Amino acid sequence: MSKVERELPTPEAADLIGLTRDLVAAEVAPRAAADEEAGRFPREVFATLGRAGLLGLPYPQEHGGGGQPYEVYLQVIEELAAGWLAVGLGVSVHTLSCFPIAAYGSAEQRARLLPEMVGGELLGAYCLSEPGSGSDAAAMATKAVRRADSYEISGTKAWITHGGIADYHAVFARTDRSAGSPTAEADRPRGARGVSCFHVPGRTAGVAAAPAENKMGMRASTTAQMTFGGALVPVDDLIGGEGDGFRIAMAALDGGRLGIAACAVGLAQAALDAAVAYAGSRRQFGRPVADFQGMRFMLADMATGVAAARALYLSAARRRDAGRPYGTEAAMAKLFASDMAMRVTTDAVQVLGGYGYVTDFPVERYMREAKVLQIVEGTNQIQRVVIGRRLAEARAAAPGGD
Amino acid sequence: MNIVVCVKQVPDTETTRTLKSDDRTLDRAAADGVLNELDEYAVEEALRIKEAHGGEVTVLTMGPDKATDTIRKALSMGADKAVHLTDEALVGSDALQTSYAIQQVLGRTGFDLVVLGSESTDARTGVLAAMLAERLGVPQLSLANKVEIDGSSIRVQRQTDYGYDKVEATLPAVVSVVEKINEPRYPSFKGIMAAKKKPFETLGIADAGIDAAQVGLANAATEVVDFAEAPPRERGQIVKDEGEGGVAAAEFLASKKFI
Ligand SMILES: Cc1cc2nc3c(=O)[nH]c(=O)nc-3n(C[C@H](O)[C@H](O)[C@H](O)COP(=O)(O)OP(=O)(O)OC[C@H]3O[C@@H](n4cnc5c(N)ncnc54)[C@H](O)[C@@H]3O)c2cc1C
Repeated sequence: MSKVERELPTPEAADLIGLTRDLVAAEVAPRAAADEEAGRFPREVFATLGRAGLLGLPYPQEHGGGGQPYEVYLQVIEELAAGWLAVGLGVSVHTLSCFPIAAYGSAEQRARLLPEMVGGELLGAYCLSEPGSGSDAAAMATKAVRRADSYEISGTKAWITHGGIADYHAVFARTDRSAGSPTAEADRPRGARGVSCFHVPGRTAGVAAAPAENKMGMRASTTAQMTFGGALVPVDDLIGGEGDGFRIAMAALDGGRLGIAACAVGLAQAALDAAVAYAGSRRQFGRPVADFQGMRFMLADMATGVAAARALYLSAARRRDAGRPYGTEAAMAKLFASDMAMRVTTDAVQVLGGYGYVTDFPVERYMREAKVLQIVEGTNQIQRVVIGRRLAEARAAAPGGD
Repeated sequence: MNIVVCVKQVPDTETTRTLKSDDRTLDRAAADGVLNELDEYAVEEALRIKEAHGGEVTVLTMGPDKATDTIRKALSMGADKAVHLTDEALVGSDALQTSYAIQQVLGRTGFDLVVLGSESTDARTGVLAAMLAERLGVPQLSLANKVEIDGSSIRVQRQTDYGYDKVEATLPAVVSVVEKINEPRYPSFKGIMAAKKKPFETLGIADAGIDAAQVGLANAATEVVDFAEAPPRERGQIVKDEGEGGVAAAEFLASKKFI
């Protein structure tokens, strides 16, 4: 893999990237192809990354995190994803699962729960989607009913990354249905404002995982439905107040989308590197195919896409690090980077010709993996909805607007 | 125990390395510098000895300013402090001069045990440990694939072509290690952050009491007189098997006097 030249704010960030590259080269990339083929989740790899301190990078040092800006954390994700998407995306989702407590938890919850969540030994999951509600997450059916000192959570979450493996879950459920009320009126959900967020340990009674989904790509990353059959969660583990859940879920996804953008850039970089290397060594008509302008232009477009997507996610990240609003920029980065990755990985297969279409080379896998990035953490249609809504709001707010 | 690990920044073996045409020394500025691979094993062994017997690990390097990256790596693995000998006057020093310069620095730091990798991937002379031990007047235990310390005695297994020799000496001593000795740890991000706060001493030749007349390219005992690019590999001979393939292959090997 080529070493991407990076602008990093501190020497320790440069050392962190160096450490990540060493780990990727020795512990991550060498096993990617075989584990993907076998659909084997590499728990040990996450343990190794955890010991190195990579499972809590953007969270405060006082709670055991790395205290790193998103600008640095995301470049670590990019390096991981360049070695193996399932690992880069896994670390991103794990980091996402810590966000509700880190950002909205009480001081008591942060002190009690965060150190072990970000400490490296545990892995988290983020449970928002359901079989019946994906893009329209606010229409979720899973409910949490208050019973004395606990909430009783019932329902099914779908597509949960690390489902069945995770040590804890950030779970979103409705709290706007009255307990046991038989009337249709009381049972009618009140949309986004009726959602709350809970911290649910993996060993909680009533929490179970269905067999993992059989996916087109990223097969080593476990994705499974999770059922909550009357799981009891202490009121102390409600994050934020009742009804804050949807806001928390969306704020978490703003950061998560930057993680997906970084994953897309890493994956596309890996595809570009493979294509450049191959085109330089494959000879047809008496010379390397990289000498043909038709190939070279394709490689040039691929490289430009990767660089543009990297610049876009980093500029959104720097807004976040500066404390400025960045949700629209995160949506743009996720949209652009994942569409770019789909195109670049498809072109990489083309550069390799027939050899690109078989499993002897990694590019067909990259192409299958890229697809998921256009779907997760808000499909790319939903990213456009988010960006378009902001444009409409800006127009309405402008003098003379409607 | 006062353990000093000598480490070197070398050009990454994965990048192209070139000699400069004017003075025929390695172009260190052009290549990415990394911690010499065998030195990682030396650092690891020093840390393990410290963890088992107590004491302190000092990383010592001689090299240009950018060698600080390499020192930080050793510190982030867990070494306690660092000494960086850097001076324009040292540029182009050969192994003999380097051993003199390091000897002078060791005179300041003191040591019970000096640990080195058995060679560096750039010049590959593999003589520094021997020269250093000679200059310091202490035993040298080379090519160690196992080190045991008991009080003031040190025992190593010295890797050989046929197995290993058992070598024993009394501290203080110089040990050079081979990669079979251990599995170097990864630094952790906490180690990286901690490294920033560790004592880091930068010395010029005057600080270390090094005589300028004894170091540097102009005073070197050895000289690279000339160098040439390795010739491009010639196209191999392809033997097509049309029934007589085995015979043709055997004839080729016989012509090269292999059989
Ligand atoms: C591998 C994988 C891992 C995942 N991990 C997680 C996880 O860890 N946690 C979690 O909560 N979820 C996870 N998801 C779920 C993911 O976030 C959803 O799949 C995604 O949000 C889309 O929801 P859906 O699949 O129900 O599609 P739907 O919402 O049913 O969408 C179907 C199609 O309609 C389009 N569409 C929907 N609404 C609109 C609209 N308003 N305008 C235009 N087009 C629209 C969509 O873009 C899509 O093309 C994961 C999914 C996958 C595949």
